Amino acid sequence: MSKKIITPVKEFEEFLTPEYKELIANGPYNRDKPTTVDDLGTFYEMTGPHPHCAGCGVSLAIRLGLASLPAPEDTIVIGTPGCSYFALTQSTLNYSCTAFGNQNSVASGLKRMLKVRHPDKQKDVLVMVGDGGVADIGLDNTLHSWFRGENIATVMLDNEVYGNTGGQESGMTTEGTVLNMAPTGKKFPKIPMFELAKTSGCVYAAKVTVASPKKVGETIRKAILVAREIGPTYVQVYGPCPTNLKFPPSKTIEAAKDGEKSYYKYEEYMTDGAKEYLNRSKA
Amino acid sequence: MVQETYRVLPGPEAYLAPAAAMMGVMPPDSGSAIVEGSVVSEDEAIAVIARKLADAKNPAVCPGPLLIWQWDDGVSAKAAAVRELAEACGAKILPMIDYSARRIRTDMEISPNHPNVTILQNDIDVCLFAGVHSHYANYALRLIRARTDCYTIVLGDYSASEDAMASLRDINVDKINAITEKIKSLKRG
Repeated sequence: MSKKIITPVKEFEEFLTPEYKELIANGPYNRDKPTTVDDLGTFYEMTGPHPHCAGCGVSLAIRLGLASLPAPEDTIVIGTPGCSYFALTQSTLNYSCTAFGNQNSVASGLKRMLKVRHPDKQKDVLVMVGDGGVADIGLDNTLHSWFRGENIATVMLDNEVYGNTGGQESGMTTEGTVLNMAPTGKKFPKIPMFELAKTSGCVYAAKVTVASPKKVGETIRKAILVAREIGPTYVQVYGPCPTNLKFPPSKTIEAAKDGEKSYYKYEEYMTDGAKEYLNRSKA
Repeated sequence: MVQETYRVLPGPEAYLAPAAAMMGVMPPDSGSAIVEGSVVSEDEAIAVIARKLADAKNPAVCPGPLLIWQWDDGVSAKAAAVRELAEACGAKILPMIDYSARRIRTDMEISPNHPNVTILQNDIDVCLFAGVHSHYANYALRLIRARTDCYTIVLGDYSASEDAMASLRDINVDKINAITEKIKSLKRG
């Protein structure tokens, strides 16, 4: 069924919008080989026009992530309110926005249901939410989904701030950062989500920034593949926010590169089981 | 508060019309249909639907995802029947391609998130939904009822939509063809 859900019946094909016709003919669906970040610019992407601010690191991370899905027609993305919602809801992907912080619980239930409904088919459930959704409001749901060993991939789009509500500090804001709604600076360091992931049951975890687009694509793809059979996975992507961190929109990549010199130095962790599974998948 | 006399009629009714179910309108059981909030026989509903479509000045048929995409083997036959129905009453086809909140082309498509904009922009007086999941159909129908005077019809794959002014459930090719034939005979006079 999966490829058929993006194949129109001939009776109504002519009534589809030009964008949908282009998506069907030249999009990431209906391909023998899944697209990668290297293919960007050569195919019609799932991310459409969206209302993110100029230079938004989160929207770039989403674009890179959606270009790297191993099976877009069999993928459901679960989100939560916040900046990430804007690009994801404008995409042509199966996307569901949950109540704030509930994303990993909803994803757990959905994945279990899909296993029952489609026992002979891999259905990928990908959680793609901001730092507030993972590390603050949804921290308990996120950690418990990892403790339970759910077969879901969690991607944190870390812009280090609650961006679309005026600039409140999140648990992932770096210590000392002054924001519109944190005028005296944040008083404690970033929550160690990457370390928590490793100790809470994630079999694969990675820390990347949008300044390394290929790595963003590769780690998200690996996280989705490993989550299919081995266990929960986690990717933390840094996509800095020019609007609230007060730098020019043209400097997003520079800001992300600066991040790579300190907290966001590239790190990848995987268990032996995950490594073996990835090697098998490659073969 | 449940009002037993609530009728599902063309609007504009309110900023957001209440869900008909909340006002005491129940969807029909198998073998029945619903017209303006009252349970009727399928034949009666077919007659009403055909009359409304035949008399419409600018009708629109809105096929939903269940009718646009080849997710099931029976889709093509239903799609062909709905296309014939649209041609019989001279309806414009405005597909509901998906349910996402993306920016849509209101001159070419309809969405459950702001269907009233498409209805108003295209000056549609009667619209028919087919192949739209009930929960999205009902929401779209409430918005249309709230902000336009369009008459709404739903052909439901499984259940009828109580938020439509006329709706059939368990729709199949025979039922669609029955409406088409009725429209043709009404057009012939």
